Amino acid sequence: MVRTDTEIKQLTTVVRDFVREVVEPVAQTIEQEDLVPEKVTEQAKELGLFGLSIPTEYDGLGLNMTEKCMLLEELGKTHNGFTSLIGAHTGIGTVGIVELGNEEQKRRFLPEMARGERLGAFALSEPEAGSNAANLRTRAERKGDRYILNGMKHFITNGPEADVITVMAVTDPTKGAKGITSFLVEADTPGLSRGPADEKMGLRGSHTCQLFFEDVEVPVENRLGEEGQGYVNALKILANGRASLAARCLGSCEKLLELSMDYAMQRKQFGQPIFENQAVQHMLADTALEIETLRSLLYRVTSLVDQGEKVIKESAAVKLYASEVYNRVADRAVQIFGGMGYMKEFPVERFYRDARITRIYEGTSEIQRNIIAAQLKREYTR
Amino acid sequence: MNILVCLKQTFDTEERITIEDGQISDDGVEFVINPYDEYAVEEAIRLRDEHGGEVTVITVGPDRAEQALRTAMAMGADKGIIVDDEDLEDADEYSIAKVLAAVIDDLEYDIILGGYMAVDDGSAQVGPRLAELLEIPHISTITKLTVDGDKVEVEKDVEGDTETIESKLPILVTAQQGLNEPRYPSLPGIMKAKKKPLEQLDIDDLDLDEDELEGKTKVLETFLPPEKEAGKILEGELEDQVKELVGLLRNEAKVI
Ligand SMILES: Cc1cc2nc3c(=O)[nH]c(=O)nc-3n(C[C@H](O)[C@H](O)[C@H](O)COP(=O)(O)OP(=O)(O)OC[C@H]3O[C@@H](n4cnc5c(N)ncnc54)[C@H](O)[C@@H]3O)c2cc1C
Repeated sequence: MVRTDTEIKQLTTVVRDFVREVVEPVAQTIEQEDLVPEKVTEQAKELGLFGLSIPTEYDGLGLNMTEKCMLLEELGKTHNGFTSLIGAHTGIGTVGIVELGNEEQKRRFLPEMARGERLGAFALSEPEAGSNAANLRTRAERKGDRYILNGMKHFITNGPEADVITVMAVTDPTKGAKGITSFLVEADTPGLSRGPADEKMGLRGSHTCQLFFEDVEVPVENRLGEEGQGYVNALKILANGRASLAARCLGSCEKLLELSMDYAMQRKQFGQPIFENQAVQHMLADTALEIETLRSLLYRVTSLVDQGEKVIKESAAVKLYASEVYNRVADRAVQIFGGMGYMKEFPVERFYRDARITRIYEGTSEIQRNIIAAQLKREYTR
Repeated sequence: MNILVCLKQTFDTEERITIEDGQISDDGVEFVINPYDEYAVEEAIRLRDEHGGEVTVITVGPDRAEQALRTAMAMGADKGIIVDDEDLEDADEYSIAKVLAAVIDDLEYDIILGGYMAVDDGSAQVGPRLAELLEIPHISTITKLTVDGDKVEVEKDVEGDTETIESKLPILVTAQQGLNEPRYPSLPGIMKAKKKPLEQLDIDDLDLDEDELEGKTKVLETFLPPEKEAGKILEGELEDQVKELVGLLRNEAKVI
């Protein structure tokens, strides 16, 4: 489907207005209560935000990667807990079904997920399987027309609220990474229980928890892809999410630049706005420069994705770069705000804490560098 | 129920106004649906959802005004009509009402809604003028609307109180702030809006005599309000301050 520039502009404008008029006013409430008000999630659903990654045949928006990232960039400008709730659902929570599901699974799950009636989550990580994601302990044993799942997952975003969880489990322990299979587990399946929400540094309003599987019966129809393809599937889903996460980081950086500029021009010390000091100007110049570079890299990667190119190295690079830029920009923002930057009454303090996770989840910075290096080696070995 | 909404595309209320060659410049400006017309669109969609029927949004304006119709269709309106204003010279509220009346004469309708005024010109005339031309009743600045059969009941603010008026379809009503909370156009709505029918008309397509359309008013000059100057703080004994103030009001501000 071809879309005009004005249509895309209309989409981003609506999301920008929604962020500014509906989410921003409750950002402090989200932070204090560790909860996104239901009224806001309901409005996000009505707007169609939960269907960001889902094709139009299944009631989603049918956006390409560039368009999706343009909207996520707008969402990144507000409370990251809210963005993460939507981001985890529209990213790792639904992308698996879109990319790997069969027709019947898509029909069964996607329309409801696009409307936000059912929330998605993605459960790969376990205590023994973090960066080494193939080292899973959770088992899935086939018994007739069903699989029996046993084990546990941790740090699962949207875990406490999710209705449909993409779960990776070992079907053949003798085959290592090739013995992993992915499943769509519905949260009301007997034997599945959840721990309390984790106490985190930031991302309040977005909840993670442990998931426990005790003889959880999953029908064969809920297997996502073939047996043994689970690890490759997980990597595909994660690779797809990297540009999306980068887009959210970009939005947050842009918001921080705006906040920092406003403050630097208005805060006076030594009889002049602190902006007049070259040291402060240089911090802002560096932030502006990194935002420009990030934007160029991001939309280059998304256009490659939209052309169907393979982007293993590039998507690792954009996730790595975006998260590290975001952390530097947040650090400078706190510095420019001085003592006020350390106070919870200003949003920079929150962005500073929320920035930190982006270098850890969906693959740490170190793992992204490993991926880039592995690709380099492949390119240069003949 | 056939519902018509007349709307205008105006400057985003957050835009800064600049004047170039004696005219307000629209260079790089963002345009939106006139906020009062947005209430009308919302109310029309609610009426349709309650009573069935169709919402048609109508505008007279340049090409870019199509965007405002698309936004209204993304909110839920069913179809749109845009009349190109290129051939309209020196148009004012009188001319626009004439054009709208000519468009609407060919349509079937039960109720017509609009904003009570456009935030750019602020004249609040097109609605009432249009009703007069169509020879139907009109009620302006409404804050509540109920339609039951052909019975219409509206509320409007008057001098700190609320007035309730009863009337009958067909009718034209104009919206005041407080009528409703307009919805955001949904994202799928935006994608679907471009497939909804949009009729494009020229003045020639209408049964109108172009000479009759020339405005009845002329804009002589456009200027920005004077910059607000820093205030003056009086000092000293209270008695002296009062004297100084009276002197200033008389001699400098010339208000007494
Ligand atoms: C808030 C939050 C939300 C999350 N959401 C989800 C979710 O929805 N679904 C999900 O499945 N998981 C989720 N996770 C888990 C997350 O993806 C992992 O925490 C992450 O992959 C890192 O794994 P780990 O915590 O076990 O760290 P470890 O793997 O133990 O890493 C510790 C350190 O060692 C480094 N390291 C490890 N191996 C190497 C190596 N080979 N080379 C160089 N350095 C190395 C790491 O980079 C890191 O610095 C979430 C985590 C958090 C905190």
